[in-house]
Amino acid sequence: MSWLHRNLFSSPTNAALTIAALYLLWVVIPPFVDWALIDAHIHGTSREACAGGGACWVFIKQRLPQFIYGLYPESERGRVDLAFAILIVAAAPLFVPRFPAKRWIGAFLFLVYPVIAGFLFTGGVLGYREVPTNQWGGLMLTLIVALTGMAGSLPLGILFALGRQSELPAIRAISVAFIELMRGVPLITVLFMASVMFPLFLPEGMNFNKLLRALIGIMLFSSAYMAEVVRGGLQAIPRGQYEAAAALGLGYWRTMGLVVLPQALRIVIPGIVNSFIALFKDTTLVLIIGLFDFLGMIQAAATDPNWLGFATEGYVFAAAVYWVFCFSISRYSQTLESRT
Amino acid sequence: MGRFTIAFVAAFVALAGTGWAGPTLDAVKGRGQLSCGVSQGVPGFSQPDEKGAWHGIDADFCRAIAAAVLGSADKVKFTGLSAKERFTALQSGEIDVLSRNTTWTVTRDAGLGLISTGVTYYDGQGFMVRKSLNVKSAKELNGAQVCMNAGTSTELNAADFFRANNMQFKSVVFEKSDETVAAYDAGRCDAYSTDQSGLYGERLKLKNKDEHMVLPEIISKEPLGPMVRQGDDQWFNIVRWTLYAMINAEELSVTSATAEEQKKSTNPEIQRLLGVEGKIGGQLGLSDAWSYEIVRQVGNYGEVFEKNVGPKTPLGIARGLNALWKNGGLQYAPPIR
Amino acid sequence: MSDPRLRAIVFQVLVIGLVVALGAMLFANTLDNLSRRGIQTGFGFLGNQAGFNILSHLIPYSETSSYGRAFLVGLLNTLLVSAIAIVLATILGFVIGIARLAPNWLVSRLAAAYVETIRNIPLLLQIFFWYFAVLRSLPLPRQSISIFGVAFLNNRGLYLPSFDSVPHLAGLNFQGGFVLVPEFVALVTALTIYTASYIAEVVRAGVQSVGRGQSEAAYALGLTRGQALRLVIVPQALRVIVPPLTNQYLNLTKNSSLAAAIAYPELVSVFAGSVLNQTGQAVTVIGITMAVYLAISLSIALGMNLYNRRTVFVGRS
Repeated sequence: MSWLHRNLFSSPTNAALTIAALYLLWVVIPPFVDWALIDAHIHGTSREACAGGGACWVFIKQRLPQFIYGLYPESERGRVDLAFAILIVAAAPLFVPRFPAKRWIGAFLFLVYPVIAGFLFTGGVLGYREVPTNQWGGLMLTLIVALTGMAGSLPLGILFALGRQSELPAIRAISVAFIELMRGVPLITVLFMASVMFPLFLPEGMNFNKLLRALIGIMLFSSAYMAEVVRGGLQAIPRGQYEAAAALGLGYWRTMGLVVLPQALRIVIPGIVNSFIALFKDTTLVLIIGLFDFLGMIQAAATDPNWLGFATEGYVFAAAVYWVFCFSISRYSQTLESRT
Repeated sequence: MGRFTIAFVAAFVALAGTGWAGPTLDAVKGRGQLSCGVSQGVPGFSQPDEKGAWHGIDADFCRAIAAAVLGSADKVKFTGLSAKERFTALQSGEIDVLSRNTTWTVTRDAGLGLISTGVTYYDGQGFMVRKSLNVKSAKELNGAQVCMNAGTSTELNAADFFRANNMQFKSVVFEKSDETVAAYDAGRCDAYSTDQSGLYGERLKLKNKDEHMVLPEIISKEPLGPMVRQGDDQWFNIVRWTLYAMINAEELSVTSATAEEQKKSTNPEIQRLLGVEGKIGGQLGLSDAWSYEIVRQVGNYGEVFEKNVGPKTPLGIARGLNALWKNGGLQYAPPIR
Repeated sequence: MSDPRLRAIVFQVLVIGLVVALGAMLFANTLDNLSRRGIQTGFGFLGNQAGFNILSHLIPYSETSSYGRAFLVGLLNTLLVSAIAIVLATILGFVIGIARLAPNWLVSRLAAAYVETIRNIPLLLQIFFWYFAVLRSLPLPRQSISIFGVAFLNNRGLYLPSFDSVPHLAGLNFQGGFVLVPEFVALVTALTIYTASYIAEVVRAGVQSVGRGQSEAAYALGLTRGQALRLVIVPQALRVIVPPLTNQYLNLTKNSSLAAAIAYPELVSVFAGSVLNQTGQAVTVIGITMAVYLAISLSIALGMNLYNRRTVFVGRS
């Protein structure tokens, strides 16, 4: 009782606020719970099962494979599962605090895994059927874009951050120009640039497929933000480290690679993880240039004549999935922050 | 770090398949597959089903080209393109032919380095409204708000129509047609405007399609057809004559079911059509069975029409202007001789 | 070659040479491709007639106006949306940020829930949500909600009386007056709510950075909690708040470009959308668009820097 009094009703204003807040909750939560859980329809396979009010989760259940795999052929979906299973198995040890050989795991993930995953997704080798990139879609595509964008932008970002710190004026100028350009424009203009301008930049007859163009655009864009994050880390390294490395006779690259960067990156891991969350949310923009990511597939499914009128369920489901992903990653980043 | 990036991008590029396009026929034969640019989902013209197989007039036309060139109508790779990127994809060589219900206009022929090969569907822009609006003609739409897709001649045609009839209007323009339809269905606009064939197709995506009607006015000429790159006359001929073979087949009443049998016909026109006589295939750079394979594997023009948009399909579009010239329509093909 | 200065110079020359060579190659390819397609380069196309209609424009515009005019219309719409959303988001963000720190447990939990929910859902999804929520809840024109008979609310927009005309129902829709279209309302709402959740965190961090001694001294002087916040804490917290706040304003401005998804005619959807599609001038149009956003970003950053310099005081830091 005293806790209630202290925290909720300690003064007239507070009491009024509490009542207002409770009223707000009362107006919003019960109808939503009614719609989403109590009156909802989960069993069944066609829209007849969804007669009456309440959410039609049958729609989600039926179209779930498409939401996850896009237009990827049914028979080949095992390959996608395999690729992500390898990723999870390989990446899991990185989250265990004192697991040994993290460098090797990191190297594997960065250098070897993309090639393996690329072959698994594209096919055309080892008897796997070729699946063109325009059939990749759904959650699988969202993850591919986000992870590839991340993996590509980290090394590029480090390069540009080092370039910005460099004492060579030309390098610094180029780095600053690139970083400020990419940070000053919206991602959608970079995506438009990638999808409409890149073909113009290439000699006649040469072409990149659409997914690749979008990936390059996202990588370039994200690397500018990553560069700023890394720069924050670099600036936190005391001069003593540089001087000690110089005293040991290490050159520029070895100083950076062996002394400065390992410390700097460790400091800004939370920042890097936050960048990843932002990138993950930004992947939804690819639907504007015609790639069918998770949100795009849900939008497309909402106009299927067999399932009209269930757009709300689709969007709520999409919001829930994105929220779960982003929230988990941000919670993890907070634990990291508290650990370091 | 930089080395990794280069290696990674190189691997990805190799996997993603960059291509160098020489003369298109050689490229297609070498690849063993036709790369066909279609829309991202227009019912009746090019739409994927849940398994990812494409259906529609435009999709079937690409299959016909594949049957003519490669002997099999299945050797087609379909790429869904938005209105913004359709021309760039063709110009850059990503696709061999653009079969995406694209209107044939002089600006497109002269200004883009591309060229139309013929008309697969005579269409025109129209309007769809809710029946409850009590509007019987497009001329009663003064002050209307009209939902449209971005990046198409639709915006220009609508503006011209309203201006010519001294009416005001407001255009509500979306990037994706899914959103346009959803907004119209939610009541955001009084009318939805696109090509008439599109209107019938998008009507299927509305909650209560019987509450909506297509107004009679056709405010523009929209001859829809495939496009190819300029400068490759051989490929241009192949794509053009694929369509004419299909129309001629319908004129001569040769269907996919009867093609095999009709090879024994004594009618010289049918004999030339099916490659029994004459060396026409060779002149085009194809085998002599090119037109026979088209009709047998895909069908003649009438069959393709009926199967995808005809009265028995949910779209239910009458032949109208797309009937043969003998039946009062505009479809007329030069003779195969 | 062992002289480090010489090596540095050679290295720089090589890098510049590489960048210039790459740039020249791209440039040459682009010109080649454009001429092959018969597209003229240059800015001349801006004078050509646009031929299309724009839903909502602050300056006079019709189908006979030029592409240049369409560009201006789009630009003004971007600035309008951004300015209004920045103001609203700041207000909402401050309220939520301070609510996060309220002693009332329920209020602070609600604020935390708000921040955690909104921040983790993509903005595009939120824009769609507000757009269709707004559309669905408003009536058709013939059943508009009338406000004192001079203003009307329906799913085509909020019609307000302007200086020279009052909105009236003429045929299918309302004519006259000044209209706020639902696309604008949805975009401003989504941007405000999304950015406010980030601003709330910035404000919270700022307020928490002010030493406890300050608030204790303020209470000791007899100030109420509200007065302490307003006169002592927030002014000091502003020093910490302003730089990340600037960042959020920049993000908001850039995020306004997502309007292309819901038919609001701001810069990207009018210029890099309709104009680009009609003219095919990819390089010029996107170049101009990027330059404009850069200019906006730099001005906002400059403005906030000036403000920062004026409010910073040399104190215990």
